Amino acid sequence: MRLTIADLKKGEKGVITDSSSEDIPLKLLEMGCLPGNEVHLLQLAPFSDPMYLNVNDSFLAIRKETASLIVIEKIDE
Amino acid sequence: MSKQLNVALIGNPNTGKTSVFNALTGLNQKVGNYPGITVDKKQGICKLSRGVKAHILDLPGTYSLNASSLDENVVIELLLNKNDKDYPDVAIIVSDVENLKRNLLLFTQIKDLKIPTILVINMSDLMTRKGISLDIELLEAKFHTKIALVSTRKNSGITELKQLIESYKTISTEPCLDTTSIDTDYFQSLEKAFPNQDVYKLWLVITQDANFGKITRQELDVSKFKTKSNQELKRLQQKEAIKRYQFINAILKEGQIIDRSKATGLRSKLDRLLIHKVWGYVIFFFILLSIFQAIYDWATVPMDLIDTTFASLAEWVKNTFPGGGKVTDLVAEGIVSGIGGIVIFIPQIAFLFLFISILEESGYMSRVVFLMDRVMRRFGLSGKSLVPLISGTACAIPAVMATRNIENWKERLITILVVPFTTCSARLPVYLIIIALVIPDGSIIGLSFQALTLMALYLLGFGMAIFSAYILDRILKTKHKTFFVVEMPNYKLPLLKNVIITVIEKTKTFVFEAGKIILAISIILWVLASYGPGDKFNNAESYIQTATSQTSNERNDQIAAFKLEHSYIGIVGKTIEPLIKPLGYDWKVGIGLVASFAAREVFVGTLATIYSVGSASEGENIDTIKTKMANETYADGSKVFTLASGISLLLFYAFAMQCMSTLAIVKRETKSWKWPILQLIGMTAIAYICALIAFQFLK
Repeated sequence: MRLTIADLKKGEKGVITDSSSEDIPLKLLEMGCLPGNEVHLLQLAPFSDPMYLNVNDSFLAIRKETASLIVIEKIDE
Repeated sequence: MSKQLNVALIGNPNTGKTSVFNALTGLNQKVGNYPGITVDKKQGICKLSRGVKAHILDLPGTYSLNASSLDENVVIELLLNKNDKDYPDVAIIVSDVENLKRNLLLFTQIKDLKIPTILVINMSDLMTRKGISLDIELLEAKFHTKIALVSTRKNSGITELKQLIESYKTISTEPCLDTTSIDTDYFQSLEKAFPNQDVYKLWLVITQDANFGKITRQELDVSKFKTKSNQELKRLQQKEAIKRYQFINAILKEGQIIDRSKATGLRSKLDRLLIHKVWGYVIFFFILLSIFQAIYDWATVPMDLIDTTFASLAEWVKNTFPGGGKVTDLVAEGIVSGIGGIVIFIPQIAFLFLFISILEESGYMSRVVFLMDRVMRRFGLSGKSLVPLISGTACAIPAVMATRNIENWKERLITILVVPFTTCSARLPVYLIIIALVIPDGSIIGLSFQALTLMALYLLGFGMAIFSAYILDRILKTKHKTFFVVEMPNYKLPLLKNVIITVIEKTKTFVFEAGKIILAISIILWVLASYGPGDKFNNAESYIQTATSQTSNERNDQIAAFKLEHSYIGIVGKTIEPLIKPLGYDWKVGIGLVASFAAREVFVGTLATIYSVGSASEGENIDTIKTKMANETYADGSKVFTLASGISLLLFYAFAMQCMSTLAIVKRETKSWKWPILQLIGMTAIAYICALIAFQFLK
């Protein structure tokens, strides 16, 4: 099953495997949403949207629809 | 003339770039505008040694040289145009010690443009606490640059930075890495097509056109060179970003050591509370409440003081130059009162921006966006729109100015357009007198009808703002694709200097830019109300019969009323009577409506004059006007102010755009007359229709 950032729960981590979807804003790539980088989901607003995450030392909030475009592999701790 | 060199300050948002700018220039700065767009152009002068002055340009914050907003586009346009008078001799990249990696992405892009570049590492005082150590020499060598470790909070490193600026000629202009290797064939063919141009510059122009939309350029036209689809270009840009990060990471591995165990948990502790699903909203509500309290209540103290000061100043002018006739009148009542009408807004503006700059500086505002995004986006608004909407309940003017902090232009515009619907404090006196007049006494479950009506009007204003935002969101089209990526910066104690500079600068902008328009219109309105054509205005005294029982005050009031009736504004009021008749108003109300354009609360005073009770003292005044209004009848004996016409008037005041000061500030904030005119026509039309329906139904 294809997992994305939108599937992460609060506190979970993953590694980005694909962020090549055309609808991902370039800004997000430049902030470090690139394959190989670790994503840590820090907090969620009500209804899980927007999502607050840490990636590549950047702290970002993105909407769920964007998060669901970034493919990841979950890291189990 | 001493030599001046151009310095451009570039950096990611939230790196303290503006603090560095303030530290370099102090109060030697001014805020202008880039032609045609609503982006602030901040520039200042920094004195270096031996009479050398540096002209510092604080460019809008950006994460990279690929623009996604008008603000960011300013940076690229400047750096692509060597002929621009502001083209930098030296660029300063301001970075934040905790986010060095990401900040360096932009740095390597600027280096590719072959501009001498200094790297400022700000907040260096935090290094030990955060467990970060840097090998500056190594970093300088690998990135071909000079580094200044600065702390604007501790005021250290600024002198060293000034020295670096002065010796900018010794800084290498060599790029750090070769990005063309991401697609060698493509960049070679690009070089062939434009042999005289810098290849990285060409690449920027091409991607810029693809991402952000075409911008007319004189220097470079790449439209003929199009060998890749937008999708391919984007993939290439992703490759570029990966390549840059590989390069940066490799160097930081050697030059930066981070002891993660030292990272303090302040962010996560505060976040757990401030964006908590319940407490986050409770705290935000209390912050909104205190902002509201400040501009609604605290600001009234200085405002009353300004009011009385200008009133006595006008009086003083009149008494000091009694022989001046019309000139004295113009100065005292037109100009002095007009300026008073501008200065009166300063306390509210200052208070609001005090709060806003603290919220922005501390990093809290991004949390507000996080909390409110889901609700606000449905109405085409930003999470940040809530602060202007709530402040609009005190006054629309500071509220419209507060929209500057909304990055997305469409969301900003919608917020500006709908803010005047919220019930500002100038509507209150009008509401109070009409409610007292037409809404019956009595109560339901302990709540009086009158209080409920007032509350309904507040809700109505807010509801209308939200509703029109929803409609506008569907009508307005934007050229640029927008998306939501919000950085959540670290929490910081706001720097007092930055807060003060923001407050001063906002106040100045209002007084000198919107103030001109407000003064001009208020003088015109004053002339219209103070002069009239023909004998009836000029010899009003001879038309008023003296009744034996009359006091001189009563007679003066009668003359004033007669004069107002025959002044230009009175003529306008009478002319529009057929138009406002279907709403249930007579020409006297018409005069009040026209005069309200100076400020809504003027309605009450104008009615006082027209009902010949102008000289009554203030407390007594309201009651006398009320009695007068209650007894006012048409020729056939029917009452002018009934429930129907009263409700109609309340609705008209709730929705109509009757405030020239708001129009002036909207013009200033949108850089065009188009939007204020749209507001004037649109809001007044809505008001007219609602008032018409209400009156015809209730009559």
